[in-house]
Order: sequence, then C-alpha cells, then structure tokens
Amino acid sequence: MKSLRSYAILYLIFLYAPIALLPIFAFNDATIIAFPLSGFTTQWFTELPQIPALIDSVKNSLYIAVITSILSTLLGICAARAAAKYSFRFKRPIMGFIMVPLVLPEIIVAVSLLVILLQLGLSLGAWTVIMGHVLICTPFCIAILNSAFQNLDSAMEEAAIDLGETPWSTFRLVTLPLVSPAIISALLISFTISLDEFIIAFFLTGTEPTLPVYLWSQLRFPARIPVVMALGTILVAGSILLLILAEMMRRRGLRRAGLQDKGGFL
Amino acid sequence: MTALIDLKNVNKYYDDYHALRDVNLEIAQGEFFSLLGPSGCGKTTLLRTIAGFEAPSDGSLHIAGANMNGVPANARPTNMVFQSYAIFPHLSVAENVGFGLRKSQLSKSDKIKSVEEALDMVGLNGFGGRAAHALSGGQRQRVALARALILKPKVLLLDEPLSALDKKLREQMQSELRRLQRQVGITFILVTHDQEEALIMSDRVAVMFDGAIAQLADPQTLYKRPRTRKVGDFIGVMNFLPAHVTDPNKITLDVAGLGTVTIAPEQAPSGTSSGAAEIGIRPEMMSILFEGEPDRGEIAEATIQDRAYYGDMTYYDVHLKNVPEPVTISMKNIIGRPVLEVGETTRVSWDARSLVLFAS
Ligand SMILES: Nc1ncnc2c1ncn2[C@@H]1O[C@H](COP(=O)(O)OP(=O)(O)O)[C@@H](O)[C@H]1O
Ligand SMILES: [Mg+2]
Repeated sequence: MKSLRSYAILYLIFLYAPIALLPIFAFNDATIIAFPLSGFTTQWFTELPQIPALIDSVKNSLYIAVITSILSTLLGICAARAAAKYSFRFKRPIMGFIMVPLVLPEIIVAVSLLVILLQLGLSLGAWTVIMGHVLICTPFCIAILNSAFQNLDSAMEEAAIDLGETPWSTFRLVTLPLVSPAIISALLISFTISLDEFIIAFFLTGTEPTLPVYLWSQLRFPARIPVVMALGTILVAGSILLLILAEMMRRRGLRRAGLQDKGGFL
Repeated sequence: MTALIDLKNVNKYYDDYHALRDVNLEIAQGEFFSLLGPSGCGKTTLLRTIAGFEAPSDGSLHIAGANMNGVPANARPTNMVFQSYAIFPHLSVAENVGFGLRKSQLSKSDKIKSVEEALDMVGLNGFGGRAAHALSGGQRQRVALARALILKPKVLLLDEPLSALDKKLREQMQSELRRLQRQVGITFILVTHDQEEALIMSDRVAVMFDGAIAQLADPQTLYKRPRTRKVGDFIGVMNFLPAHVTDPNKITLDVAGLGTVTIAPEQAPSGTSSGAAEIGIRPEMMSILFEGEPDRGEIAEATIQDRAYYGDMTYYDVHLKNVPEPVTISMKNIIGRPVLEVGETTRVSWDARSLVLFAS
C-alpha cells in the first residue's frame, strides 16, 4: 500500500513538474531559463500580441481546431450511433480499425499522409492538417460518444416513436438532448487535441504554421524562450480548463440520464 | 362484432430462434387482457409486435379492422408503457405527459388542460413542473401511464409495469390500474410473469410457454380448469396424482391415494382416453378432517410430513398411501382448529368435483 502511494506521488511529480516550471519561468524577469529566479514580471505576456507571425499561427490553429472538432464529432456521432443501434457483419473488426489511430504512432500517420498527398499532387495547407487531425481525433470522439449512446435506453427512442414522432424528430427531440453532454465533451476534447498537436501539423502544414509548429521554430532563438513559456502557460491553462469542462459535461449527461458512472474517458 | 385486435397465425423468428409460435388471439374492445408466462416465453415480443416495434415473420395482425402489416409504430392506434417506463429525463413531468400532443391540432391552452387532466387521472396533480429525473419509481410509472393515455389510444400496452415496484405499492397500483381501465374504457393488454397479478386484474388471460399460447381463458376457468399440467402448475399451487382411466366414456378412473372416482366431462378439458393419466387438485380443495367438522365427501388416510404456518393459513405436506410425492393441503386457521404437528396421522377429505384430469 505504502510503496504504491509513493509510486503514485513520484509519477505525478515526473508528469507535472516540467509543466509546473512553465508558469514559473513565464513570470520570471530574465531571458535565461535558470534558477534562481530573478524577479516577477508580466512583460512576456504583454509582448505576445506584438508578434504578427504568432497571431497568424494562433488564428490558423484555432481555425483548424474548430473545423477538426466539428468534423470528428460528426463522424463520431455517426459511428457511435451505428455501433450502438445496429448489428452488422464485421462490426467488431470495423470498430477496432476505426480506433487504431488512437495507438498508431503519429509520426507514421503523418509521414504516410504526406507521401499520399504529395503523390496525389495536392498542396499542403490548413485542409491537409485538418484531414490528419480528424483522423486522430475521431477515435477519441467515438470513445466518448459510444458510452453515451450505449447508455441510452433504446426504450426512450421507442417511446417517442410510440407517441407519434418520426425517427428523425425522435433523434432531434430525445436522442440528441440525451447525448448532448457527450457531444460537447467530444467537441472540446478534439478541439484540445487538434490545438496541441505537433507532429502531423509539422509535416502537413505547408507555409502557414500552426501554433505548436510556430513555437517549435522559435525555440532556436533564446531571446524568445520566455515568450514561448508565457504562451505555453496560456495553452496549458486553456487545455486544462477545456478538459475539466468536457468531463463535467460527461458526468452531467450521466446524471441527467439517471445512470451510474461506468467509467469514462478521463 | 369483430374483435378490436385480431392476430392470426402470427410467427416470429429471430434468426433460428422461434420466438412466437402460431399465435392466434382475438381481443375485444374494452377488455383487460393479460399475457402471462415465465420470463423469456415471448410476452414482450408479442406486445412489441402489436405496438409495431417488431414485424411478424408471418401471419396477420388487424387492429380495429385495419391490417397493420407495414404500418409503423407511430401510425398505430396503440400506446405503450415500457418496462423501464422510458421517462424522458431531460423534460419536465408536464412535457413528458404532453409529448404525444406535439403533433396534435389542439390549441396551446387545450393542450395544457389535457395534460392537467391526464396528471389528475393518475393522481399526480401539481407535479407538472417537476423534473422527471427526480421522480420515485411509482411516480415514474404514473407519468408513463398518463403520457400513454393522453392520446386516447384504442389499445394501451403495458410491459410488466408493476414489476419494479415493492409489494405494497404494487398491490395498490393493481387496483388503481383496474379502476383506471374501467374509467377510460380503453383496451389494456398487460404483460406479466406474476400469475396472481394476472388473475386479480384481468378479464381474460393468455398463458404463454415457449412462444405459444398454452391456454386462453378467464381467470376462474384458468384456475379451476387448467388445460395442461404445465398451466396448472404455473398458476397457483396444484397437486398432481398418477391416475389410470378405466372407462373413458363415463370417465371413471383409478387415482393413486384417492381410489376410484368418476368425473364430469368439463373436468377433462384436454379430453380423455383410456390408460395412464394425471389428476390435478388444488391445496384448498382438500381438507384435513378435524373433529366436529363436515367432510367433503371422500376420505383418505394421511400422515403429516411437513407444515408451514402462515398466520391466516397453514400449509401441510401430507403423505397419502400409494402416492410418491407429498400432497399439499391448505387450511384456514379458524377458531378452535388446532395446528397439526409433523408425524401425526389424520384423515383428509376431498370432493371429486374439484379434480382436473390431464391426459398423458
Ligand atoms: N431482438 C431480439 N433478437 C434475438 N432474440 C430476441 C430478441 N428479442 C427477444 N429475443 C428472444 O426471444 C425470447 C422471448 O423474449 P421476450 O419476448 O422478451 O420474453 P418475455 O418478455 O416473455 O420475458 C427470449 O429468449 C429472447 O432472448
Ligand atoms: Mg419481457
């Protein structure tokens, strides 16, 4: 018991200590990243908006993340719904293959996509990044939505049909509201994944870098590092916020449906 | 008059599994009808076939004279109370109850009035504004009832609506459902695995085993004259004694433990043929002879093997000569009547008119 606890504590330190360093140096009044700290400043944060290339990369990233989250959530809804409602031949292997990108090394996904796109003679840009991101986000969306659709009592939809609704109005009036917390949670998580993703974006981004790609390029200039730290702090804070929101939505969904928590994704 | 619901030779297959076997059923307008059978016998499948959630593999279904072949559930004059109640958790009680009125031509105020009436009918007046997910089991059941009845269907289908309730509440709801059915005059089809519930509530009961209807009758006939041993065994308690038919015309037979008896033709609902058969008799149709009490005609010697004291009743398992299995006899615990101990010998009396013959 005791060794298990110390293991857990060590694990958490290794996991979060580097992230904890981000805000520390983001507010440090020195261009060199080293202890001891020299003083408190918000200078790096105020410098952020004055770099046009940075602003462009943020816009580009947001654009990609929004479209990615919508597309992968839509695909996730279709897949999860089909998996929950219908039984069809080879359902398990098909669902399994859809989930594979979850464990496939991203570098492989990125390189193979790049090869294919170049073979097809397509030019790189925001849409190619979106394509790659949808590929890796959809499994996450399916995982979240699947549990929501599985938890949905099929009698709910039948009751609506029984009371005179069409299958489509039933989906709109009963199914969607009951799984909406999971949909929001899927949107938020795929948004976060896309926003943070580096490898695929690095390979497929073309001339307009996403934020992580831009950040990486800035690491070559030591003077920029504190600004990068400041930006990183904002990103981490934002991501954590979104993830908490997503989990809250998922739990609310379960509660609203009067169901036991069967263990979710977080 | 033609039946409101008419099923002819309905079969249902799930792949190789034969879930409904040649079901023929006619249910009249205003009837309280029950489908009774053990779990897995196909009751829900039959109910869902009538509702339009399952299509029969073959056979025909007519409701109010109209062929329901290809008519989807949302266009049938039926409404359903689901076993899980399926109350929409994201809507209020009033929104749940009024859900079926969304498509109706009624004005908004008429809809509100109709929701209030429906809530009133199930004893939930004033609950309209509550969130549906915060209701108790009994309240959900009432909401489900009100929601299904608000469309004034020709048939209300209820799938084990009381099985999730505790005993007290269940008994209360049984009489309330019965009262409600008389009040609205709508045909109710109730699915239940509880034989007592079926007997208490129904005008007629269809007993189902393995996807087929084993017997369709009113509660008294079902109890007094079960057509097969299996039906007799499923409904209430029944003793079975080996018998041998000696004269199939006059229906004379030798019954183990009881001797030679002659019975009337209606006591042999499955017919007679000479040879081995079985006799069924209910525990309350036999009695232990206490001093000073009148007998029921015939008398046999018995030994008490076991007894269970229920307060108002005592159930005795007695051994009769030449009968392999113990025979159960129930006795009311009236004043002055002792409770016998295990091992005591006694005399039991019975009446040949209460016997049922099952041909082997
Ligand atoms: N959709 C289905 N697919 C395959 N088998 C089913 C399906 N629905 C019911 N069954 C089978 O049909 C039989 C009867 O089920 P059901 O009508 O639910 O029984 P009951 O309501 O009497 O308990 C059961 O053995 C069940 O497993
Ligand atoms: Mg059932």
